Amino acid sequence: MSTTEAAASTGTNGNGASGYRWVGTRPVRHDGLDKVAGKARYAADLNLPGMLYGHILRSPHPHARIVSIDTSAAEAMPGVKAVVTGADFPEAPPKGATRNLMCTVIARDTVLYSGHAVAAVAASTRREAKAAAEAIEVTYELLPHVLNISDAMADDAPVLHDNLFTRGVEPRPTEPSNIAARTVYERGDVEQGFAEADIVIEREFSTQAVHQGYIEPHACVVDCDQEGKAVIWASSQGHFMVRSSTATVLGWDTSRIKVIPAEIGGGFGGKTTIYIEPVAALLSTKAGRPVKIVMSREDVFRATGPAPGAIIKMKVGARNDGTITTAKAWLAYENGAFQGIAAMLGCMCVVSAYTLDHLYVEGFDVVLNRPVNVAYRAPSAPAAAFAMDSVVDEIAERVGMDPLDLRIQNCPSQGDPTPYGPKWPMIGLRECLGAIRDSDHYQSELPEGQGRGVASGFWFNIGEASSATVNLNENGTATVITGSPDIGGSRASMALMAAEELGLDVHLIQPVVGDTEVVGFTDVTEGSRATFATGMAVVEACRDLKEQLRKRAAKTWDCDVEEVEWVDGSAVHGPGEQEPLTLAAITGNAKRTGGPLGATASLNARGAGPAFSVQVADVSVDQETGRVTVERYTTAQDAGTAIHPSYVEGQMQGGVVQGIGWALNEEYIYSDDGNLENPGFLDYRIPVASDLPMIETCIVEVPNPSHPYGVRGVGEVGIVPPLPVMANAVADATGVRITDLPLSPPRVLEALTAAES
Amino acid sequence: MSRTHVNCEVNGDAVDFLTEDGESLLNALRDELGLIGAKEGCGTGDCGACSVIMDGRLQCACLIFAPEADGASITTCEGLASADELHPLQQCFLEGAALQCGICTPGFLIAAKALLDENPDPTETEVRYALAGNLCRCTGYDKIVRSVLEAAVQIRTPA
Repeated sequence: MSTTEAAASTGTNGNGASGYRWVGTRPVRHDGLDKVAGKARYAADLNLPGMLYGHILRSPHPHARIVSIDTSAAEAMPGVKAVVTGADFPEAPPKGATRNLMCTVIARDTVLYSGHAVAAVAASTRREAKAAAEAIEVTYELLPHVLNISDAMADDAPVLHDNLFTRGVEPRPTEPSNIAARTVYERGDVEQGFAEADIVIEREFSTQAVHQGYIEPHACVVDCDQEGKAVIWASSQGHFMVRSSTATVLGWDTSRIKVIPAEIGGGFGGKTTIYIEPVAALLSTKAGRPVKIVMSREDVFRATGPAPGAIIKMKVGARNDGTITTAKAWLAYENGAFQGIAAMLGCMCVVSAYTLDHLYVEGFDVVLNRPVNVAYRAPSAPAAAFAMDSVVDEIAERVGMDPLDLRIQNCPSQGDPTPYGPKWPMIGLRECLGAIRDSDHYQSELPEGQGRGVASGFWFNIGEASSATVNLNENGTATVITGSPDIGGSRASMALMAAEELGLDVHLIQPVVGDTEVVGFTDVTEGSRATFATGMAVVEACRDLKEQLRKRAAKTWDCDVEEVEWVDGSAVHGPGEQEPLTLAAITGNAKRTGGPLGATASLNARGAGPAFSVQVADVSVDQETGRVTVERYTTAQDAGTAIHPSYVEGQMQGGVVQGIGWALNEEYIYSDDGNLENPGFLDYRIPVASDLPMIETCIVEVPNPSHPYGVRGVGEVGIVPPLPVMANAVADATGVRITDLPLSPPRVLEALTAAES
Repeated sequence: MSRTHVNCEVNGDAVDFLTEDGESLLNALRDELGLIGAKEGCGTGDCGACSVIMDGRLQCACLIFAPEADGASITTCEGLASADELHPLQQCFLEGAALQCGICTPGFLIAAKALLDENPDPTETEVRYALAGNLCRCTGYDKIVRSVLEAAVQIRTPA
């Protein structure tokens, strides 16, 4: 395929069909030059005078009581300026989210996973810090450990927390267990539904824990002074979260901490929490010097992330005409060492792409001796979709229907009930299904020897708190300051929305990510919320400014403000007695009409638009090695409105490829003694360029009525369908349905061999 | 601890620095010379974020001891642009939206330059294999591959 042909086959819109001047265009991102020139500063790129290097000592055991920690030898080593252990941190409450955060940052009396932080050293050089950390003597009393869901749920399982009693079970259990919570959603009567169904298919699925795999390891530099103030430079998905979480772990008032956001080298949900900042802060306080901590890749794998593995049992009933009526699902998700909400999210997502008369969904959140789960792009939804959309594919085959037609027939519409309660608002699933059905890819003949798979995916998206400040400069340019880190082009999106509102050329707008002291509180970037919620704040501030600009024009013209309209970046006099005043003319004269112009908006964004994606892939399967090769891939996703279509496509493509990795290769592999056996990119193999074809994109735009430009948020849902897409395509290619991920060569080969014999 | 004096050429400039024997070229570039474009994503040569061209060969700077650079000629991402113009690869990456978070971008630009220096008219497959040592977790590689192919066209047919 030539470049031109490839480009032409990508995207169906995003070229201003909406009638906007700037929204929907593709300018070069404002922060781009620094990033291609090697000048952009990520957290590990900062060095301060007198800076020390921190190194964290981690547990080699998956479950053990810390009997004693002797730091005396480490403290006497060359270059060592400070040593801290759990005893230097405030006591954690007995249970709850605060305890989980505090005990994840550093273990107190018990280590709960291999890689759990135990102590830390700050020294003049990296090597001195590492050598000293390794000289800390920790005496452990080993405890029995448990590494997988089935073992952790067993009656005789070693219990991680003796004060953890399953929530969601009546009566409340009297014995502690590793089952943190039970979640149930139900409607109708599933037994009646199965009795009335023509077809009932029942399968059990499993997926493995995977890592978000951002290329930038966690890093920070913290400088604490003698007055107890701390400045933190950190890479995160939300610097206000870094401030509040660090304050919580240290028992400090948040006003002592200023967080300056470094550029972030990928997060995908994995940087919605903290690990190292409080440790660096205590080391810096003790040493009286700035301290830098950069995690090694091995530590990133052993102690951060991952997304959970899951076991899901699905039973689905349908009529011979292809109507799916009934689903019963049992889901159990790993939580890692502390309680999370993975299974609850899985329960909410598992059948959301379908209308059902009868459903019963039951989920279990399970703690075990692995690192604490952190969000990964549409958390929990990929495994759930893998289970449901694999079964749906079998139903289509059994009733002899096209798998897309079957999905269209069972597609929910606005006003239908969601499985978890509220009614669907305006959604674009049907449009995504149609876009794939009509795509060049789906209409093309499947090449000989290949298999084709389709699947749907759902994710909620969320709103939360955002702030923006927009200042108009005296030369007629604008500075847009927001509190959302720019992970994948959000500066450009903010600038485009401001340009559209103000009628100003996007190149005259400077988007800035402000630190915790220059912009209002903004929640962490999660739930595909930055362009939606922070964008709303930008639009609100710009609308305030337009009012101010009209008033200034009215003052200049000595007329009623009602006679002034804001059109294409200029104040226009309705009666037509005055020449229009450009934004630059007004700002240039601002000192004489009332002073500088600026506006701030802070809001809780309501009405996040649910996201759907539908995808199709063609694969070939090497019968001798079991290797699955993706030959062609097309994704359709409802963006609501694509503000910067190139970066919308980028989110779609990136999500798809992460999902392909999850489906085909990636998995956490633990040894029996509880250590991660593949904590590096050589053995934890994420997709590389030569593994993949182009990822063709089709942006669907069903506007979200709650956003001024119809934005839904596009960051996450793209990762949901690839798991079932791959499984369905492999089943089509080989006639063998595999229900355990990943579809790695050994597993595929084993399944092919078993099917032959 | 004794330190070794290293003389080399980086991005056309004669430079020298002191380094410990076990230190990597990557740390020397970043800490001694302030060239932060090369990133450490893994420290084990698996991700390519620290890619540099050393004496005409694409290398992971994290796998080279700093003293090995003595007498060598090294190109980093900072050496791609001229005073008034970006390298076509940089320009095409910008216009093609080939970066999201940007942490892998310097390494990809260097690996792509090494490819185009050797093969000015690569196929899509050749680009994909030449970049297979560089990990990107954001883009799915689509826009990177397109941007490299477009840059190859521009370099072959200057305006």
